[in-house]
Amino acid sequence: MSQHTSETHGEQPGAAHAPPAGHAHDEHDHGHEHPSYVAHHFDSAQQQFDAGKLGIWLFLLTEVLFFSGLFCAYTVYRSMRPEVFVYAHYFLDTRLGALNTCVLLISSLTAAWAVRNAQLGETRKLVTNITITILCAFTFMGVKYVEYSHKFHDGLLPGPHFHPTEQVWELATFRNKHPEAAEYAERLTKQAEEAEKAKGADASAAKPAEGPKFELPTREELEPLLHAGVLGERAENPRVPSRPRNAHVFFSIYFFMTGLHGIHVLGGIGVFIWLLLRARKGEFHAQYFGPVDYAALYWHLVDLIWIYLFPLLYLIH
Amino acid sequence: MASPSTTADAAIPRETSADESYLTHDKGILSWIFTLDHKRIGVMYLCSVLSAFALGGLFALLVRTELLTPGRTIMDADTYNQMFTLHGAIMVFLVIIPGIPAALGNIIMPLQLGAKDVAFPRMNLASYYLWVIGACFMLSSLVINAVDTGWTFYAPYSTTTQTAVVPAAFGAFILGFSSIFTGLNFIVTIHKMRPPGMSWFRMPLFVWALYATALIQVLATPVIGITLLMMIVERTLHIGIFDPALGGDPVLFQHFFWFYSHPAVYIMIVPAFGVVSEIIPVFSRKRMFGYKFIAVSSLAIAFLGFLVWGHHMFTSGQSVLAGTIFSAITFLIAIPTAIKVFNWISTMYKGVIHLETPMLYALAFLWVFTIGGLTGIFLAVMSVDVHLHDTYFVVAHFHYVMMGGAITALMGGIHYWWSKAFGRMYEEKYGRIAAALVFIGLNVTFFPQFILGTRGMPRRYYNYLPEFQSLHQLSTIGAYILGLGFLMTAAYLYASLKNGKKAPANPWGGSTLEWQTTSPPPYYNFHNAPPVTQGPYDGYEDLEFDEKMGGYVAKATKATP
Repeated sequence: MSQHTSETHGEQPGAAHAPPAGHAHDEHDHGHEHPSYVAHHFDSAQQQFDAGKLGIWLFLLTEVLFFSGLFCAYTVYRSMRPEVFVYAHYFLDTRLGALNTCVLLISSLTAAWAVRNAQLGETRKLVTNITITILCAFTFMGVKYVEYSHKFHDGLLPGPHFHPTEQVWELATFRNKHPEAAEYAERLTKQAEEAEKAKGADASAAKPAEGPKFELPTREELEPLLHAGVLGERAENPRVPSRPRNAHVFFSIYFFMTGLHGIHVLGGIGVFIWLLLRARKGEFHAQYFGPVDYAALYWHLVDLIWIYLFPLLYLIH
Repeated sequence: MASPSTTADAAIPRETSADESYLTHDKGILSWIFTLDHKRIGVMYLCSVLSAFALGGLFALLVRTELLTPGRTIMDADTYNQMFTLHGAIMVFLVIIPGIPAALGNIIMPLQLGAKDVAFPRMNLASYYLWVIGACFMLSSLVINAVDTGWTFYAPYSTTTQTAVVPAAFGAFILGFSSIFTGLNFIVTIHKMRPPGMSWFRMPLFVWALYATALIQVLATPVIGITLLMMIVERTLHIGIFDPALGGDPVLFQHFFWFYSHPAVYIMIVPAFGVVSEIIPVFSRKRMFGYKFIAVSSLAIAFLGFLVWGHHMFTSGQSVLAGTIFSAITFLIAIPTAIKVFNWISTMYKGVIHLETPMLYALAFLWVFTIGGLTGIFLAVMSVDVHLHDTYFVVAHFHYVMMGGAITALMGGIHYWWSKAFGRMYEEKYGRIAAALVFIGLNVTFFPQFILGTRGMPRRYYNYLPEFQSLHQLSTIGAYILGLGFLMTAAYLYASLKNGKKAPANPWGGSTLEWQTTSPPPYYNFHNAPPVTQGPYDGYEDLEFDEKMGGYVAKATKATP
């Protein structure tokens, strides 16, 4: 992605200008009248800026459509298997997600501020704001790294690699929210284990006394477990608390969406480093600030996609 | 409103600078590899696309040869599957999609706008190299273990077959970005680089068609990008999005695939409409009839094209209601398409028709495209489609549109603009013979397939019942005639580069801007800015044929040599 972006932006630097009145289509205008920042095939800085702006908006449109396939897949699977999404969201750390949201919002502010600096020709402030943007992007990736390593460690991986080390009711996120349900799930699991043990010890003996050894839970207490597909017809094992079938699909979508978004963040880092190098040389000023503007627009889109990803993945009710 | 004198000034090529052209401006292989000139990039695209066309055509001939007899003729069943897959994938992704826009469009469109270049020349070059990289990936599949899924890459077969799907799909993914770059570039160029005087409704129809195409390229291609990426990840990591064994939904793949690939059909055919719209008025020596309708109908087709993908899935269990809606919208597309055909025919009515090669191809286009378009309506009817789905009828239909429409127009466009791009005239006599061969070959190849399809011959089958043999053989003979026609075309076009007659600025008497510069054009396209004072198909009466130059010149200046 970074390549595409920088290509879009990259059109600016070599490019050309003519006095706004002259739609110079003949060769005589080459070189002398065109400032170095206007490419030869453009008549004016304004035309070049407008072309770049339309280009970046179209590029962002393709980006939105590129992600739309994943958002569509998300919608389809969430409507088909709502319980998987409820189950899986307990495994995500909302605090880290919220932290990353804040980090990206700050970086969007500094990116927008950088455009203003470029327009006013404030090179020092421009360099500062670009630097903060880059640092925020790195922070985002750092937090993402922490989150990903937790997932890897806990076996929360897509497809056949999905082997969670913990049951959902053992998680603090679940316990805090639904203590009764968690306790019930635990007791039921224990009971099933004991039954299994008794069966193993004396297979020929009569079945151990049936019936609950504890009070029957209320419908309300069970609700969270049914919601998360731990019990009921959508669970892998209808008798014992387990997990919903095809729970791994959530993590497929989670890694695909956040991974692709992460690649776009990395691309953005590349673009902003390139801008930083150019900004330090004082290349941007009131007549030529297109690349900063375009990069900021790209960055806002990357931010915006995260603004959608955060609630869709982390804040499932 | 036309002022003859201005047209006249611009129409005279300057003798002094006649030998300086974009072809000779810089020398050496590096000046081509790193060129940012839209014409050179277009020429590189043209050579690459035509090479891919030869390769895809070779696979087609192998497939047709295999079908000469039921059972084994020259290859085993697995090889056959690989051959038709490669034929389809190469023709769609490497030839037809980039053919007219990226090759002809790159060379001609900025000239028609009187611009010096496209808006983003570096992105244009990047688009070409992405094409090259994508082609390499796709062909690497051929070497490793050629993909056998059909060009549609349907899951779950594509996620489980042993053949090299990943390189082929990744190649298509990269080719998608190549296509997006071209589309994005063209939209910005058309919006921002038009010369003063050229309002939207003074743009040549080729530019209108490229604009509509570019919109589809930009809006649809990202979706196939993400779909192929998901399919690749499904295949390598088994994420369970498309594979039903892992909880995925294979029909979702079909939805995603056709959400791109139906609009992609219009990426292939709309530029062809543009080429035909250029050729017909010039060779009828008559103003375009219904110019605005043709221009706007391109946009209408582009828009409606996004709403019909479900008609590829009438038999995959979608709801009857959804099917009915998709079916109805598909019928609607017939309206803008028919508007074009009627306007082209009305343009020819009472015109002075010149039957040179480009016009022969345009006429062939009208014939075969109309058959292809009308049989599309059969397939849009749900009850009929249930019977014709996945039969040779479908194969014949889309070959009449893709081969008969897009490739015929590509050939017409190549002949029409050959002199402009390379400064040489091909041998007209051979051109006409080859055009006739292609037209005959096309119909002999694909018409029998309509009959085969209605009688129940399924597409992509290696073996068939004995009663289908005669029609299969007829079809194969047609394919050989087609091959001969294209071989001949390649030969005389190549010969024209070596010893063709030097081309005049305006051999056909066109009044669009590209004919107002030398053939081939100088590096910066125009020595003088061509003023735009009239519509693109006005002013034929101000031009007359000059025997000495072998081309058209403005009447006013002929008197004062």
